[in-house]
Amino acid sequence: MKISSPLKAVGRRSLFLCFLYLLCLLYLPYSSNAATPPDTAPVILIQNATVLTVSHGAIEHGSILIKDGKIAEVGQSIKAPKDAQIIDASGQFVIPGIIDCHSHIAADAINEGSVSVSSMVNMEEVLNPEDIDIYRDLAGGVTAANILHGSANSIGGQTLVIKLRWGQPASKLPFEGALPGIKFALGENPKRSNFSIPGQPRRYPTTRMGVEETIRAAFTEARDYKKAWDDYNKRAAAGEKNLIPPRRDLKLEPLVEVLEGKRYVHSHCYREDEILMLLRVAKEFGFKVRTFQHVLEGYKIADELAAAGVGASTFSDWWAYKVEAYDAIPYNAALMTRRGVIVSINSDDAEEATHLNQEAAKSMKFGGLSHDEALKLVTLNPAIQLGIDKRVGTIDVGKDADLAIYNHDPLSAYAVVQKTLIDGRVYFDRERDIANRAEIENEKKALAEKLKKAAEKKPDEKKPEAAGQKPAEKKPEEKKPEEKPKPPAPTPTPTVDRVGGAL
Amino acid sequence: MIFLRRLLYLITLFCVLHFVGVVPANAQSTTYAITHAKIFTLAGSAIEDGTLIIRDGKIAAVGATVEVPQGAQVIDAKGLQVYPGLFDSVTQMGLSEISAVSATVDSSETGTYNPDVVAATAVSPSSEHIPVTRASGITQVMAVPASGGLDFFGGRGILGGQASAIHLAGWTIDEMLLKKSTAMVLNWPQIETETFDFSTFSIKEKPYTEAKQEYDKQVNELTDWLERARHYEQAMEKGSVAKYDRDLKLEAFAPVLRGELPLLVFADRARDIRNAVEFCDKQKLKMILAGGSEADKVKDLLRSKDIPVVLRPMLTLPDEEDDPYDRLLSQPAELAAAGVKFAIASFDNSFARRLGQNAANAVAHGLAYDEALRAVTIYPAQIFGLGTQIGTLEQGKLANLIVTNGDPLELTTDVKYLFIKGQLTSMENKHHRLYEKYLNRPKAQ
Repeated sequence: MKISSPLKAVGRRSLFLCFLYLLCLLYLPYSSNAATPPDTAPVILIQNATVLTVSHGAIEHGSILIKDGKIAEVGQSIKAPKDAQIIDASGQFVIPGIIDCHSHIAADAINEGSVSVSSMVNMEEVLNPEDIDIYRDLAGGVTAANILHGSANSIGGQTLVIKLRWGQPASKLPFEGALPGIKFALGENPKRSNFSIPGQPRRYPTTRMGVEETIRAAFTEARDYKKAWDDYNKRAAAGEKNLIPPRRDLKLEPLVEVLEGKRYVHSHCYREDEILMLLRVAKEFGFKVRTFQHVLEGYKIADELAAAGVGASTFSDWWAYKVEAYDAIPYNAALMTRRGVIVSINSDDAEEATHLNQEAAKSMKFGGLSHDEALKLVTLNPAIQLGIDKRVGTIDVGKDADLAIYNHDPLSAYAVVQKTLIDGRVYFDRERDIANRAEIENEKKALAEKLKKAAEKKPDEKKPEAAGQKPAEKKPEEKKPEEKPKPPAPTPTPTVDRVGGAL
Repeated sequence: MIFLRRLLYLITLFCVLHFVGVVPANAQSTTYAITHAKIFTLAGSAIEDGTLIIRDGKIAAVGATVEVPQGAQVIDAKGLQVYPGLFDSVTQMGLSEISAVSATVDSSETGTYNPDVVAATAVSPSSEHIPVTRASGITQVMAVPASGGLDFFGGRGILGGQASAIHLAGWTIDEMLLKKSTAMVLNWPQIETETFDFSTFSIKEKPYTEAKQEYDKQVNELTDWLERARHYEQAMEKGSVAKYDRDLKLEAFAPVLRGELPLLVFADRARDIRNAVEFCDKQKLKMILAGGSEADKVKDLLRSKDIPVVLRPMLTLPDEEDDPYDRLLSQPAELAAAGVKFAIASFDNSFARRLGQNAANAVAHGLAYDEALRAVTIYPAQIFGLGTQIGTLEQGKLANLIVTNGDPLELTTDVKYLFIKGQLTSMENKHHRLYEKYLNRPKAQ
């Protein structure tokens, strides 16, 4: 009966509410079908699988025992403990859950584009646990993702790593203990080469020179700010009285954390020159760049990247969508790997994330990486880049039981994810998903029917066209005051992301 | 190991360059014999140890017991496989180089009715996309105006112009042309309640009634326009047009009215598809559906009206949040089961080389493998009226084919030899060149 009230309102928003309700239905079977309540991880034994451990080769007819959300044993034959749930993975392949080092899912906003230094904003504050793309990426074997601010600004917002715990509230998404990050961006996006906002003057910077100066200016301020606080703390510790603390600056605080090594820098970049520029600036101010993102010309300066000890997180085969991507080649990952750079393949896109295994496979064709090396691009390597490799990224005893199970070798276009586990719980099960479809379809029809009836009761309003279609939009002024405005549905519009500077 | 691979690559490259020159070969016709190959003709079962003869740009013979003609250049393809070259039937090939830079983009003309513009006019034969795409085993594409892609400039109009079928090799567009005009693009108007507003960088909502009114207005205008085109066509037939001012736009539409040129109708949502089908039915116009994200929701209608579909990539998320997550992946299997004929296309330029990957993903979600292969070879050829010229390996057809070391849809397969119009064609491209250059960069100090 809870659903009847939004159904009275005939409109896009109420339809959105129905969708939310349906989403709940989508999720509910998962928790209710689970053998144990969500707060207790079941004991699970995966059997008869080809286990691609990433750290120590492949185990044919292998087993993985999961206890308390962790991998308890990995080997050829493990005796099933009493009460263990058995997953028979005959003919299937298990890999560590895929880690996407560049994602914008589960976020209500991507770019704070008004200023070119927006370090005060934080992606954690706009996490949306109901974003359907979490589920879709989970169905692509992704278990963790680096949720980044967009690339509109030289210094963008604060970022965080999440686990794709679909169905859990926003507070349960963050990857516990993972160091937070901050997004930087170089090149065409922060200088706004490919678009302008009508009626607005051009924003500084508009050149790569200006991007460097924007970052240098910000870190000059941050260094002074840090000094002011260090002085204050020192004098306070020495017992000095009547001290006035420096005024807090929310923009500079995250940059001080960067200087102190408490926050990773993930920098969007394309061209070789701008990459070397940021390495110079980082050296000048004494901080480290953790990863270069996209880094499509990374192959040109692979030695320099390796020497600086930075990670490179790139696309498999995207190119030519803008000038700075015109020298992008699908050999990038392999060339950088061969010169000693830790490389990952990322998505930057909710859809692309659903087949990162396939994208990694392309590095075997383009540049000749081995099967193991290719698999690392989406498992261990992104884990290392995000500083979470002690917890995830390989199938080893003691690590989180974050796993993806495929029906074929995952480095093939014919492989389909069967199950995805996070913390030893099955968060995605293809069989169950398929089995639930009829039920969901029926629920949807029933809701549409109710919606239709509700509309018929109000003769002054237009009838929806037909079941399952968008009904007539209610005019805003007709909205009842008690109806809470809802956020717009997270419409997946890739072009928007791309223009918005996520890319 | 890597060294060996590299050496092998260089040797292959050298051999290929040796016999082809760096760019498309000259018109001097060589007779080729591909021997001991497993040949997937797609016009019958595969030939295990077959021979295929290429002469004068065409397939002269194919079979298990074919004699190698004297003087033929022999390619021993033991352990290799031969397939028809892949056909990507919606792209912006040659029309768009760097999609964010308008100076390099010629894919969409401004204005609402542009039936007279023809893709072939603006295809740049030296586009870097052509050799890059070719290397993935695609031998011919459809260059389609106003067909989307990563086009930042929007505005696709209603009648977008004429699509051209082109070979991915040739010194000039005339050498590249397979057929100049294969279809007329119609971007079916949408009822858009949500649009992206660039001035505020946010999604703007519009009341349904308002969006519907705009839609009705567009459809009425289109109906009126067709009426004028029909009158014009009748006048042309009677020879009375010469007495009046000629109208090139109306004139360009005449072949569509005569049923000689199909409409390539872009529509994705079920409602839009239904409306477009109803419209074309009423107007008695031959329709090919392009896009078709929700084609499976109207599959019976498409089947009953015998409307073929060019599907956008399977690797696309569904529009509706409550759709099954894999709806677009399993849609080809659904359509095949319902008897709807379809091709698979990239709808892009730089992602054209994902054509095989998309088809393979459809197989992973239930489509028969042979059907997937046909959806990127013979079906697009048939849909666009080129089925007698291309798309299978049969005697008399154009020799557009590939020799691979495996399944051409799989991610890791290499194309070893590629023929376009019977010419052994180089697969060297910008990406190889940069790879070689930076592979050999001396270690930085």
